[in-house]
Amino acid sequence: MVGLATTLGSGAMTNSIADLKEADVLLVTGSNTTETHPVIGMLLRNRARFHGAKIIVVDPRKIDLVEEADLWLQPKPGDDIAWLNGLAHIIIKENLYNKPFIDQHTESFEAVKERVSRYTPEFVEKITGIPKDQLIKAARMYGSAKNAAILYCMGITQHSKGTDGVKAISNLALLCGQLGKPGSGVNPLRGQNNVQGACDMGCLPTVYPGYQGVALKELRDKFESHWGVSLSEKPGLTVVEMSEAAYEGKIKAVYIMGENPMVTDPDLSHLKKAYAKLELLVVQDIFLTESAQVAHVVLPSLSFLEKDGAFVNTERRVQRVRKALNGPEGARADWEIICDLSSTFGYPMNYGGPEEIFEEIRKVTPQYAGITYSRLESGGIQWPCPDTNHPGTPILHKGKIVRGKGLFVPVDYTPPPEVPDKDYPFILSTGRDYYHYHAGSMTRKVRLLNEMCPESLVEINPSDADKLGIKEGDQARIVSRRGDFVSKVKITDKVSSGVVFAKFHFAEAPVNLLTNTVLDPESKIPDLKFSTVRVEKFSG
Amino acid sequence: MRMTINGRAIETEEGATILEIAHQNGFRIPTLCHMESLIPTGFCRMCVVEVQGLENPVTACNTQALDGMVIETDTAKIREIRKEVLQFMLVKHPLDCPVCDKGGECDLQDYVYEYGIQKADYQVDAPVKEYKTYSTPAIKYHPNRCILCSRCIRTCREIVGREVLDLKETGFDTRVEAVKPERCISCGECLAACPVGALTENVSSIKGRIWQTKRVSTVCGYCGVGCNLEANVVGNRMIKVTTKEGLGTNNGVLCVKGRFGYEFVNSPERLRTPLIRDNGKLREASWDEALTYVSRKLREIKEKNGPDSIAGLASARVTCEENYLFQKFIRAAIGTNNIDHCARL
Repeated sequence: MVGLATTLGSGAMTNSIADLKEADVLLVTGSNTTETHPVIGMLLRNRARFHGAKIIVVDPRKIDLVEEADLWLQPKPGDDIAWLNGLAHIIIKENLYNKPFIDQHTESFEAVKERVSRYTPEFVEKITGIPKDQLIKAARMYGSAKNAAILYCMGITQHSKGTDGVKAISNLALLCGQLGKPGSGVNPLRGQNNVQGACDMGCLPTVYPGYQGVALKELRDKFESHWGVSLSEKPGLTVVEMSEAAYEGKIKAVYIMGENPMVTDPDLSHLKKAYAKLELLVVQDIFLTESAQVAHVVLPSLSFLEKDGAFVNTERRVQRVRKALNGPEGARADWEIICDLSSTFGYPMNYGGPEEIFEEIRKVTPQYAGITYSRLESGGIQWPCPDTNHPGTPILHKGKIVRGKGLFVPVDYTPPPEVPDKDYPFILSTGRDYYHYHAGSMTRKVRLLNEMCPESLVEINPSDADKLGIKEGDQARIVSRRGDFVSKVKITDKVSSGVVFAKFHFAEAPVNLLTNTVLDPESKIPDLKFSTVRVEKFSG
Repeated sequence: MRMTINGRAIETEEGATILEIAHQNGFRIPTLCHMESLIPTGFCRMCVVEVQGLENPVTACNTQALDGMVIETDTAKIREIRKEVLQFMLVKHPLDCPVCDKGGECDLQDYVYEYGIQKADYQVDAPVKEYKTYSTPAIKYHPNRCILCSRCIRTCREIVGREVLDLKETGFDTRVEAVKPERCISCGECLAACPVGALTENVSSIKGRIWQTKRVSTVCGYCGVGCNLEANVVGNRMIKVTTKEGLGTNNGVLCVKGRFGYEFVNSPERLRTPLIRDNGKLREASWDEALTYVSRKLREIKEKNGPDSIAGLASARVTCEENYLFQKFIRAAIGTNNIDHCARL
């Protein structure tokens, strides 16, 4: 998000799900789309199978979408900037770039041109292992497409250099003028039902709702007058920084609403120690999650089926969530709990219901100004939507990049913070399964989904399994510098030799005991896709 | 171009089928095997219409409309043909509507009633088959009810891209079979496509007739695609999820979590009361006690260590309104910008 906000002026998905249908070429990287965004995955399959769209998959793992792909490039985890710069190099060298677009809509092209000049196909092959012919083929495919869209997800961002990876992607789209039109763009697929909404609402340490910076006095003044209090100008801490500050005793209280860090965060044993030092840990959730189990106070809340409100999907579409059921007696909607707590605390909050809250959101969030509950009755609206006559914005950067000019930013490949060595010879990468969701708080309580995917399976390449004497169905202990866990093994060529892959939904086999808290310096995203580990056969 | 349907002159664009133009102009033509998002096949022959100058009726779903066509959609001859089509389906399809999950929202049931069919005219001495195992435990297949419209097969191929299903055998033994069960992802698109009760949901133990069911249009609570779906509720129990073509950016399509992943909501493990840790153990507390406790502790910590010693984690799972209030609470009431959520995870 930080990456695209810098280069284009908006961190969100530039285009719409429906207009992926207009793309001739779809470059999918760091997104296991058919498992993590299944309905978009189906759309991609359909375009490839029935409409001649070309798909390029760049992923260290042989994901399902590879079977639809015209081209699959398999870099090692953590090598994204190298191959992305390599594509730019070839596109420039072969004159496939969009000069009129660059002249009219961008700045600092020369800096990137110069920087990528050393990312020759040979150089990139040496770093990533991608054969140079394949890289050239991919560059030609993307570079000569009429409409080409890039889709990416956490495989790009969850690295210590994730923001630079996003900038490299942005450079590629700017280079070919693949922005501001249907079937193009830079499309980060947001993982969770309302992650876009939580960001839009200012649940970030540096911005108020609508990405209005807390450090800017005029914006702070605006919110101070709306909220009737003086506000802190000091940017706050991000999720992983909070845990570190708690460990150091600087943070004394953490209030968690509807998240389960004790499964999803990196380096769990460290996190557990950090939480143990808190004077107050409040967890508000629908189940007694792993995080709730260590809390001082647990507050029972309602699920999305039991309340009204709005979710914002990955394409910036604000949609109405409607109450279908009464929740369990005793549980209350999150908004009601916050109102009561805030009033008890001495900052009164009185709202008749979600619509009244939404009306306040509209007043302070320019992108939402034109969105009302009554308009949402006839379907979702994509922000920005500045007034009630505005139809919403399916495609960003149309006619003009939001930032004014698209900014080319030169970025460089550097080796990851941990590199495999004698003691920890494997790269561990983590991700999601089609049948489960995030911390598993919901899906692990669905009989069918547990039947389809009952347990953690760590993927390992047949040649590595052979060397370790591990057979299908065996258990293995995976050990990193931070911790270890035991899981059943799946032997598969989905992962290349030297790489193991685990899914993080399983509290009983918590892979995040092993993962690294090293952060991307700009986005503060932890490097969940790259830790070094060793694998031992386990017979316990 | 110009054409005439049931005596009415119509001005229209070229390139559409007779069915599309008829529907656009408010003429109803019955269909069973047709879905807007699938390539039309004309399999079921319910959509037959008469075209002046052609000896035999044509299927409207896969016949292109041409300039000057004069079409009749509801003549006595056409009605007879449709009745025969339905009678042939009833050879195998039992009139077991009272015990069928689909009763009350079944296209075949509606047409049989509409065309005044009183009983199945043709009898074949074939053994009644029990439902057999399907490719996913989420769905039951009842071969006798199957009218072989192939919507499930085509949906799996054209929309989901998995090609799990195909027709097997011939004649009376023709049935749908999971020929590549290992490719099944239990998305239930086949179930949603079935116009009759040949595929039924096997997840919820509670069922409800359409007229007993409240259908609430909402958004899926799992991934970021934001699929639109309908929560089906009987009493205060979630009994299933439905969709329809044209609904949301997902156009009625869902994955396994969206369609079958709702059981958590009825889970007995749901939290029902606030809990406070006392002597190392969580004990039940009233809302009053819990909120007063949290408020007092937050105030103490704020006074002693300053607002920046407090942090809040909002959620990518709850609504915008709740996230807005949460960050407002952390910023305006507590006085810190230590607010984040799991966007980075």
